[in-house]
Amino acid sequence: MARGQSAALDRKKLMADPIMMTTIVLLITFLTLFILYPLAILLVDSLYGETGLSLETFQRIFQMHTFRRAITNTLKVGFVVGILSTLVGLLFAYVEVYVRMRKAVGGLFKVVSMLPVVSPPFVLSLSMIMLFGKAGLITRFLLGIYDNNIYGYWGIVIVQTLTFFPVCYMMLKGLLKNIDPSMEEAARDMGASRWTVFTTVTLPLLLPGLGNAFLVTFIESIADFANPMIIGGSYDTLATTIYLQITGAMDKQGAAAMAVVLLCITLAMFAVQKYYLERKTVSTLSGKASRVRMLIEDKSVTIPLTLLCSLAAVFVIMMYICVPIGALFPTWGYKFTPLTFKWFQQVFTRYRGLQAFRDSFVLSLIASPITALLSMIISYLVVKRQFRGKGFIEAVSILAMAVPGTVLGVGYIRGFANGLFHTGILSGIYGTGLILVIVFVVRSLPTGTRSGISALRQIDKSIEESAYDMGADSLKVFTSVTLPLIKDSFLSGLVTAFVRSITAISAIILLVTPSYLLITVQINEFAEKGAYSIACAFATILILITYGSVVLMNWVIKHFGTSKQMKEAE
Amino acid sequence: MADMRVKQPKGVKLNHISKIYKDPKTGKDFYAVHDVNIDIEPGTFVTLLGPSGCGKTTTLRMIAGFESPDEGEIYLGGEPINALTPNKRDTAMVFQSYALFPHYNVFDNVAYGLRLRKVPKDEIQRRVTEILALVELSGMEARMTNQLSGGQQQRVALARALVVEPGVLLFDEPLSNLDAKLRVQMRTEIRRIQQKLGITAIYVTHDQSEAMSISDNIILMKGGVIAQMGSPTEIYYRPNSEFVADFIGECNFLKGTVKTTAANETVIDVNGHPVSVATDGAGKASPGAEAKIVLRPEAIVIADKGMLPCKVELSCFMGAYQNYHVRVGDTLVKITDNCPINKKIFNVGDDAFISFDKQCAHLL
Repeated sequence: MARGQSAALDRKKLMADPIMMTTIVLLITFLTLFILYPLAILLVDSLYGETGLSLETFQRIFQMHTFRRAITNTLKVGFVVGILSTLVGLLFAYVEVYVRMRKAVGGLFKVVSMLPVVSPPFVLSLSMIMLFGKAGLITRFLLGIYDNNIYGYWGIVIVQTLTFFPVCYMMLKGLLKNIDPSMEEAARDMGASRWTVFTTVTLPLLLPGLGNAFLVTFIESIADFANPMIIGGSYDTLATTIYLQITGAMDKQGAAAMAVVLLCITLAMFAVQKYYLERKTVSTLSGKASRVRMLIEDKSVTIPLTLLCSLAAVFVIMMYICVPIGALFPTWGYKFTPLTFKWFQQVFTRYRGLQAFRDSFVLSLIASPITALLSMIISYLVVKRQFRGKGFIEAVSILAMAVPGTVLGVGYIRGFANGLFHTGILSGIYGTGLILVIVFVVRSLPTGTRSGISALRQIDKSIEESAYDMGADSLKVFTSVTLPLIKDSFLSGLVTAFVRSITAISAIILLVTPSYLLITVQINEFAEKGAYSIACAFATILILITYGSVVLMNWVIKHFGTSKQMKEAE
Repeated sequence: MADMRVKQPKGVKLNHISKIYKDPKTGKDFYAVHDVNIDIEPGTFVTLLGPSGCGKTTTLRMIAGFESPDEGEIYLGGEPINALTPNKRDTAMVFQSYALFPHYNVFDNVAYGLRLRKVPKDEIQRRVTEILALVELSGMEARMTNQLSGGQQQRVALARALVVEPGVLLFDEPLSNLDAKLRVQMRTEIRRIQQKLGITAIYVTHDQSEAMSISDNIILMKGGVIAQMGSPTEIYYRPNSEFVADFIGECNFLKGTVKTTAANETVIDVNGHPVSVATDGAGKASPGAEAKIVLRPEAIVIADKGMLPCKVELSCFMGAYQNYHVRVGDTLVKITDNCPINKKIFNVGDDAFISFDKQCAHLL
């Protein structure tokens, strides 16, 4: 039995479709050059020193006390944050899916789930310092504590938990909704109490999902750069250690080896999450609930749970609100009245705010359509087409999800500062806006691709086949059928990419040159210097921009999206 | 609409076509389609029939170009088309799920193929209007597809495929999502339109009654190979195997030994009773050999006298017919006795006789 002919014919058919062929070649080149190569060069650099192939660099960094401590710190924080976020997320998800609650509480939940999406990564660290720090509004002025030290382990843990638990909440909510209520009703019917039902039916079904949520948060936590940077104080994690190794100790080779270590940890976690837990989650909870769940109305359950969640939600919202308010006080911690716009003015008059916003805005604006289109093309190829190299494209674009920004940043420095493999080829892009745009694209590509893939899986394959059969070439099929059908997903991908780009910091901070001012980098600088008011003013404007674009997106989808078109028909 | 006849219906030829797939469980290669040879005359309606997994849809998708054959060559209108992509083949397919474009209205759905072919605007208008009239959807042009019933969506899918006047029209189980009544109505409709336009059609189904009612020729497939090819009557009355006989309608098999063979008649001994069966020309079986008589339930008569004694085990009034299960020797035989109202009804436990016309029986 030889399958040679069909392979040859498929190849011929592919060749007869130059657009498709070019797209595939370009995609593979892009992914190889900007995701695989920078990671590969890290490994090469850390193994291949002046004396040839050796483990010297690794030996050197593992002898560093700071590095060993950074590893334990990172894992410790990641573990605790993973558990806490999963638990808080589970509480929120359970209350939303199982408990009858007032509409206002539901509104709170929605706000909480949305806030981390639209805000820059370190906003919570800022407000944490302003509320609970040495000059904190709550610690000093409400409680009279003068020496509260929020910097360090607990600061990071609290801030990261508050930042990441909404992700767990959204993930677990989806899973809980898939549990068939009849199963739990059957258990109740046989005499189990609500708590027994939860521990014997709901929880076991949810277990892989919980593991999944834990690992996702774990990865996010150890990859996080901005929060440990601002609130970590002397408590260094891997991401900040790598950053300091480059900017402080100027030890690029050591940083490369450290980045390899960090990458190995996240990749291992990611492999377990992706190939074991995610599959298990899907296989246990893939069915659709057969009917609507009877919500818990028992007041002894609803009141404490709703109260607990509402308080937590209000607390989170307060943390976010603290940022714009902080920017309005004349001097945070000392002088609260009269409210003033002087910091906002200074952003533009003294601190070149206009340039910072323009640079961030323009670069993100260039990156987002590229990201959105690229991720839709990748999703289309992965879901709808058969060709060689498809596995590669899918694997690499998903793999990028597990790459911490700091690692990518170091990879780009090593990979492009002196050109490809230090030969000088392509070194021209280093330090330009182009490389920043590329980093933005690479950083947002995995999320975009993932949502694109799930959107496309909803669409019957034969719709595209039918267009193809009717005489449309690949480009025509994509533009006249695929893209219009996933317009909503494309639009939200566009905005997500924009928001992620304009709030990105971890990779960018290593690559940005003085010719570009980026908002997030500015905020980070001011926060480090302790100029919180000005940092807040920057952050507030940034939040307004991101929030504005999300509102705009929802409006566009509502009025021009596919769902609108189809709803009208009904 | 006299000018609606398709300009050039094309013939389709499959020359030693095979397709190999990998079994996802064992990881081993197997033939999904094996050495299939088919020659379809232009303008005929041919059905690929068979149980699921028999290779019929794979064969159809190879003709459309979505799959590539591992062996053999496919010809469309005499031209080899193996290396052509689906969009370059003169085929149009009607999908099981209809595959209508949900973001277009009925008119734009049907016009899609014509627009790709850069047909002038007024001609598109004329041809779409004509074809929608043919499938009885006039006046629905502006509807979105999700405002249509299943049957109407089916008609749009048909119109969309017909309007480009393909050399061959492909159907992939197009009626399986419709309810039983609509299914019967639509298949008559499809046949009417196909004959009116004189188009070549290849139709995949697992429903044998659909296949029989609609086709000029049936190709019955099993396990990737062709089990039998022929007109519906041939396949129904002259099946070449137990599988074919059983797959096409209800069937009884009576075992016996060959007694005598003549030019056009073979006498079989069934439980000691001689039974004659018509054989066309070559009675291959030699005396003494084992033989199997294929008998359709409606070809058997149950009465007080007859060829073979039997005992009634089930007797059930079905309206149009009386349904019997009787025991002949140790073989269970199903009988449908049409218009039972004027006939004697046998009850469970009764002794009776069955008989049949030798022309209605077939020897395996």
